[in-house]
Amino acid sequence: MIKLTVNKKKRSFAGHPFKRLLDVLREDFGLTGAKEGCGEGECGACTVLVDGRPVNSCLIPVCQAEGAKVETVESLGTPDRLSRLQASFLECGGAQCGMCTPGMLMTASAWVKGGGSAEPKAIRGALAGNLCRCTGYQHIVESVAKCVKKKARR
Amino acid sequence: MPSVGRSPSRREGPDKLCGAAKYIDDYDFGPETLHGVTLRSTIPRGTIKSITFNPLYPWKDFIIVTSKDIPGENVVALIEADQPLLAETVIRHPMEPILLLAHPNRQTAYEALKQITVEYEALPGVFTIEESLAKKQLLHGTDNVFKRYLIEKGDVAAAFKEAAHIVEGYYRLPHQEQAYIENNGVASYVDKDGTIVVMGSIQCPFYVHKALMKAFHRDGSQVRVIQTTTGGGFGGKEEYPSIIAGHCALLALKSGKPVKMIYDRHEDMAATTKRHPAVVRHRTGVAKDGRLVAQDIEVVMDAGAYVTLSPVVLSRGTLHASGPYDCPNVRVRASCVATSTPPNGAFRGFGAPQTLFAAELHMEKIAAKLGLDSLELRRKNLLRLGSTTSTGQLLTQSVGAEEALEKTVKKSGYLKKRREYDAWNQKGSNPTWRGVGLAVCHHGAGFTGSGEVMLASRASVQLGKDGLVHVLAASTEIGQGTNTMFAQVAADALGLPLEKVVVDVPDTARVPNSGPTVASRTTMVVGGLVRRAALLLKADLRYAPKDLKKAAKILTKSYEVEYERPTDVVWDDKTYKGDAYGCYSYAAMVVDLEIDKLTYEVTVREVTTAQDVGKAIHPLFVEGQIMGGTAQGLGYALLEAPVYKDGFMANSQLTNYIIPTALDTPPMDVSIVEKPYSNGPFGAKGVGELPLDVPGPAVAAAVFHATGLWLTELPILPERLCAAALAEAP
Repeated sequence: MIKLTVNKKKRSFAGHPFKRLLDVLREDFGLTGAKEGCGEGECGACTVLVDGRPVNSCLIPVCQAEGAKVETVESLGTPDRLSRLQASFLECGGAQCGMCTPGMLMTASAWVKGGGSAEPKAIRGALAGNLCRCTGYQHIVESVAKCVKKKARR
Repeated sequence: MPSVGRSPSRREGPDKLCGAAKYIDDYDFGPETLHGVTLRSTIPRGTIKSITFNPLYPWKDFIIVTSKDIPGENVVALIEADQPLLAETVIRHPMEPILLLAHPNRQTAYEALKQITVEYEALPGVFTIEESLAKKQLLHGTDNVFKRYLIEKGDVAAAFKEAAHIVEGYYRLPHQEQAYIENNGVASYVDKDGTIVVMGSIQCPFYVHKALMKAFHRDGSQVRVIQTTTGGGFGGKEEYPSIIAGHCALLALKSGKPVKMIYDRHEDMAATTKRHPAVVRHRTGVAKDGRLVAQDIEVVMDAGAYVTLSPVVLSRGTLHASGPYDCPNVRVRASCVATSTPPNGAFRGFGAPQTLFAAELHMEKIAAKLGLDSLELRRKNLLRLGSTTSTGQLLTQSVGAEEALEKTVKKSGYLKKRREYDAWNQKGSNPTWRGVGLAVCHHGAGFTGSGEVMLASRASVQLGKDGLVHVLAASTEIGQGTNTMFAQVAADALGLPLEKVVVDVPDTARVPNSGPTVASRTTMVVGGLVRRAALLLKADLRYAPKDLKKAAKILTKSYEVEYERPTDVVWDDKTYKGDAYGCYSYAAMVVDLEIDKLTYEVTVREVTTAQDVGKAIHPLFVEGQIMGGTAQGLGYALLEAPVYKDGFMANSQLTNYIIPTALDTPPMDVSIVEKPYSNGPFGAKGVGELPLDVPGPAVAAAVFHATGLWLTELPILPERLCAAALAEAP
């Protein structure tokens, strides 16, 4: 039995320990926010936070998350109560088709929480592991910068 | 307050941002659900001799579907009836679907494919345009040509005799993968009343609907197609969903259970459509003062193994081949040919990025030959009000090419940078070469020629019991902002607040056929229909109670309108003369880049662009389209290199097919130009495809400025640049 915390809730998983964390989240825990885009750690659509660090959940077996704190996009906010980061994405056009968005948001949330700067070049570097085919990235970079600035003002 | 011209929040944005939006693989169809997989050909061309199932394998646990299980015609209904839904004996390309399996466990279904052995009698394949033209093997008819077009304006032969200069060029374009982040996927089940239902990641629900009717031999009411939240399309979900939907429905019909078919990235890249590779030849006659006097252009595109949409792609490529210029004498000869590769198909731009790359880079070549700045050459020849295009279309309104060009040149500091970088490049000790390059493109909005008349698209609005105005259209939201834009258009036409309008899910059982979500037509054409329908409702609302819930009790009908051809648009399909498009959008772009002298790596430092879209209904989304299309165009120009081996895509992974990351993509300075089009809603034209046309030629022009090398084939990879430099070295 593998025990882990997902979005502040204690969870256990009794299936194959090598099942991908992504599949356990989506199929066993009903958290379909994280997406599969490539299944080989290139696109970042499946990014979740494991103990605060962004990881590709398609690349790690669930046993590797034993005892860890996992956070998915579902932990950020709800459609009626968006988080500051999500609200910035909505305002700045950071999401188009939305398929890269859950992963992009998790990487960005680690950046913002970790005290990352609002400097565009630095944000681009932080997001380089998350592919987006719709936006050309600029609106995403602006979304993250806006959130960092809002946080600083608070 | 009107909402058109402002940028209200994306309608489905909050759901997408919370992981609550449901893409097809996020749906749970219950414990009975099966997972479908596809057995595909492992040879490019030949015939199937036998199919053997491992006798020791528990096949009773599987649903197995072959072409014999198809109730109707074994064909993917589109333009020609040449492509089977499942191969019977003849194999025409690698990865061609042969049979289908379904099993409750997705992994088990994939594993079982290895327990089936297909024996083939292989035939030699044809893999390039040149091999096809040389009739190395005959794949189609007597000459391998699927379709030809000819445009003739003026007298090209006579004009060449008068020309002061003649400049020739040869340009070559590769495949390109759409690389939407969500792979192709659908689910299917048979409803209690026997209706076949398909849900999925789809750009054009009624294309799928039509294909299913034919394959299952059913009338329209017995087939239902519902779009789910779609993770990008870019053309890649225009025609292919008809195939995967047919497959999935066959498994659902045979099993009586819900079936999901979700491709993984490898299968999606290796088996589904790509942008057409092309070769383009230019021969241009120029007068002493730099005016174009004759353009003779030859275009050949690689269609792949079946006709699919290639004639339409070729048509758009042909119509844009002469560039955004007014030349009195033009001849364009175009064809698309068969090869033993998976069929190429729709990809944002639809044939135009290929021919416009050639046209625009050729302008640079002409300028270099004449010793002119290419900016001057463009200023002399650009389409303006009163110009005529290659098909003899007289431009009488909404021509923003000049304004886009001047704005881009000014904002980018193009002329100053030209001088600065010339100086920089003279200094041998600098570690890089620097260059700026310019391109201008036009892009026709809507279906070509009589296409919109034949589509006869419809859309409607209806007042719901919920007191909201419902927009019913088949146009899909695939990230570009359809939902929000329709709501804005309807709300402003009605004079109602935006919150009073909802856009319903495209479901063929509920919405009228608004035609496909392609060809930069959703805002201009279908948005126009939504506006007209809303105006009909508005007229009736005057006599109804102010409270919309009360009004809904009286105004129960659906206000539906059909496309009406603007009387000023006249086109002849036989001669290819007339108004090829109702109007064109225009873009200018300056690319500023730097090349490492040691590694030949190209870094794009900045992109400046101005684009004339008629009217930006939603400026933020227009910017989003421009920047997203630009990034795809930069990928096309510099990174995306599909490798083919015996007709198979060898790099069918995001690991080795490289698309731009946030670090590969430069900061972009975007200006919107608004030259309103009288037949578009609020003056709007198209913007979806235009931005992808411009980066390719602008990059190649900047590379020429930086190095003096003509890179006439995309993508401009470091190794190609290095080889070109070595070939030039003394």
